[in-house]
Amino acid sequence: MLVSRSNASWKSEDRTSGQFPTGLRVLLVDDDNTCLKIVSSILKKCGYEVTQKSDAESALDLLRKNKNGYDIVISDVHMPDMDGFKLLEHIGLEMDLPVIMMSADDSKDVVLKGVTHGACDYLIKPISIEALKNIWQHVVRKKKQELKEKDFECSGISEDGEQQQISPENFDYSSSVNEVNYKNLKKRKDEEDDEEERDDTSALKKPRVVWSNDLHQQFVNAVHQLGIEKAVPKKILELMNVPGLTREKVASHLQKFRLYLRKASQHQSGRNNAFMGAPEASFGPMSLMNGRNRQPLTATGQIPSRSLATFQAAALSRPTATYVPIVDQRNIFRFETPKLTSEDDQQQLKNNVKQMNLFHGISSSMKPKQFATLHPFAQSSGDMNMEADYSAQMDQPQQMTQIFNDINGGNVSSFESSVGQPNFIKVIPSGVHGPTYNSLYQPSTPPGNSFPLLSNSGMSTLTSKGMLQEEVNSEMQQSRGFVSNYDVLGGLGKNTVQMVNSSLADNFLRIEGERQPDTGVQNNPFPRQLSEEDLFTAFFKQNSQNQSKMTLTLTDTSRTIFLSNKACMLQLSAFENMYIVAVTAEIDLSGS
Amino acid sequence: MEVNQLQRTFLEYTAALFREGFLDSQFTQLYQLQDESNPKFVVEVVSLFFDDSERLINDLTRALDEPIVDFKKIDAHVHQLKGSSSSIGAHRVKNSCLPFRDFCEAQNTDGCLRCLQQVKQEYLLIKNKLEDLFQLEKQIVAAGGSTNLVEWML
Repeated sequence: MLVSRSNASWKSEDRTSGQFPTGLRVLLVDDDNTCLKIVSSILKKCGYEVTQKSDAESALDLLRKNKNGYDIVISDVHMPDMDGFKLLEHIGLEMDLPVIMMSADDSKDVVLKGVTHGACDYLIKPISIEALKNIWQHVVRKKKQELKEKDFECSGISEDGEQQQISPENFDYSSSVNEVNYKNLKKRKDEEDDEEERDDTSALKKPRVVWSNDLHQQFVNAVHQLGIEKAVPKKILELMNVPGLTREKVASHLQKFRLYLRKASQHQSGRNNAFMGAPEASFGPMSLMNGRNRQPLTATGQIPSRSLATFQAAALSRPTATYVPIVDQRNIFRFETPKLTSEDDQQQLKNNVKQMNLFHGISSSMKPKQFATLHPFAQSSGDMNMEADYSAQMDQPQQMTQIFNDINGGNVSSFESSVGQPNFIKVIPSGVHGPTYNSLYQPSTPPGNSFPLLSNSGMSTLTSKGMLQEEVNSEMQQSRGFVSNYDVLGGLGKNTVQMVNSSLADNFLRIEGERQPDTGVQNNPFPRQLSEEDLFTAFFKQNSQNQSKMTLTLTDTSRTIFLSNKACMLQLSAFENMYIVAVTAEIDLSGS
Repeated sequence: MEVNQLQRTFLEYTAALFREGFLDSQFTQLYQLQDESNPKFVVEVVSLFFDDSERLINDLTRALDEPIVDFKKIDAHVHQLKGSSSSIGAHRVKNSCLPFRDFCEAQNTDGCLRCLQQVKQEYLLIKNKLEDLFQLEKQIVAAGGSTNLVEWML
């Protein structure tokens, strides 16, 4: 039965303080008639407008026809035609309304499922009047978050003077995910490294989708078919028709893709050097931290020892963790005294680091070329700004971003390295440069969170996934979105470590598995003309080789930092300046 | 009978039901939802409950009678019965559903059959008692009194 809709949608401002917001439009879905009647009656008693549906399909239909007809949905978990969680997902993706789950089942895992699927609340039956009295708070909260997000994104990234404008369309998909991202980013910025938090959130992570080459290709095809402007996750999902692929995953992937495209186009004018920022190395462990809402990096760019420890811990906690080249962030970000050893490499590295520090305010004295090692980001193409929301990996990118931000005093580009993902450091060996996903992932991160790396110096961000290097030229600023690259990467494999700042890596990165030539290579700029798709593909390819192990050794000429993947021994050499931590990630490159 | 007396009987009867665990506070809440705009709310909801429960119990009986028992389906039915009984405050019926679910998980047909018996029994008990209660209520109302339990219970 349809309740006639009031023309004016319920606005929180209309509510007089102290009273319930009357007129809140609730859609109630439950196959049990008794409960339906009771809950309906409670809602009416609270002054809400109630529409009842006994099955999920008709509820979804109703919502689709009346996108703005309802403020909140309350749904039972166990229903014969469609699982309540599925309905929850659909609603989240398509309409982004707050959804409250209810059930007689109070077992912890079911409640957890509700949380992970994005329910804003979970009520145990029997439902009491008190429980429903305050559901309006969820509506208000959601609206508030959406507004914040919009502000956030629209304000642009002012780091390098390049504003990364994220159009509101970015919020279209999975805005709830965006919200999550946003929240995560915010948290990261504000909070300090919290190990426990990390542990907790990691448990909540959803399984990642591995965006294999083929899958990505399908995705790209679908996007092209729809037109980049019109590509919405739902349609993409339908076109792709991949079982088991959720809209959320597509949405986050799309976001990354868009960021990637945006960055690519923006970077074309920028420096051609791909930097591999030292930070990227550090992101390996950082990626471990992904999923946590906080980033420990301090504004000075120094990684607090605690965070390093965290990285270690994180790395340790991931048996398959690949490491991310651990960059001695302290060094990296410490520009003021980039005391490189006399060696040229170091000097370069330093420069690179500086560049890397594009993150913000880093002087652009860095020479990109040094960073060229890692695959320059192919700027080409189109709109690289992907705003895909990798919901699954949301955490990571954001965190990385946070990290970067913190490191760079706010300009950090976040790597989202999903630590523990193999192939993380695929530093484009032999010239295979995957696109740097840095740009890909741009969660609702506000500009502040972008990768400075990317923005200023055209650093290429080596995403772990495919060791994509992104050349961040002028686009570095765009790096904001990059942070999310990791997110993308995160989705790719398990232990994806994104390496950013290839330039740094150039000097230090040696990918044994790939038999990458030593330091020398790294200085070679990678051809930039890879189309974003190529990069993506390469990236994905690398990622898809999750199982392969790659040994990545980054060596600083003066010191080496080893991070053994099992023991996670992070020996930070006493660099003063730098930057790259030699990370030995054992990733077998079988078939890479 | 006098209204007051009827009301007293009603009250005592209800109190006994609570005491013996047949009903719980959810039942009281039902009365809170009953008002002038919804004067017959409690009776309507309870009738719905009776209908749903009987249907579920029949389904359960049938399902357990099958040569190959579909425990998942049975579990779903029991879950629903648990939900609806808890919503109206049919406390003992709800409790009888708990071991039933355990037996379903253990795929124990005999255990399930025993539980079903228990559920049936509890259901019939509460059905009779509530029907009696509503009869009383009708009489009270017919005699000009009100039976808004909430007022009495609070």
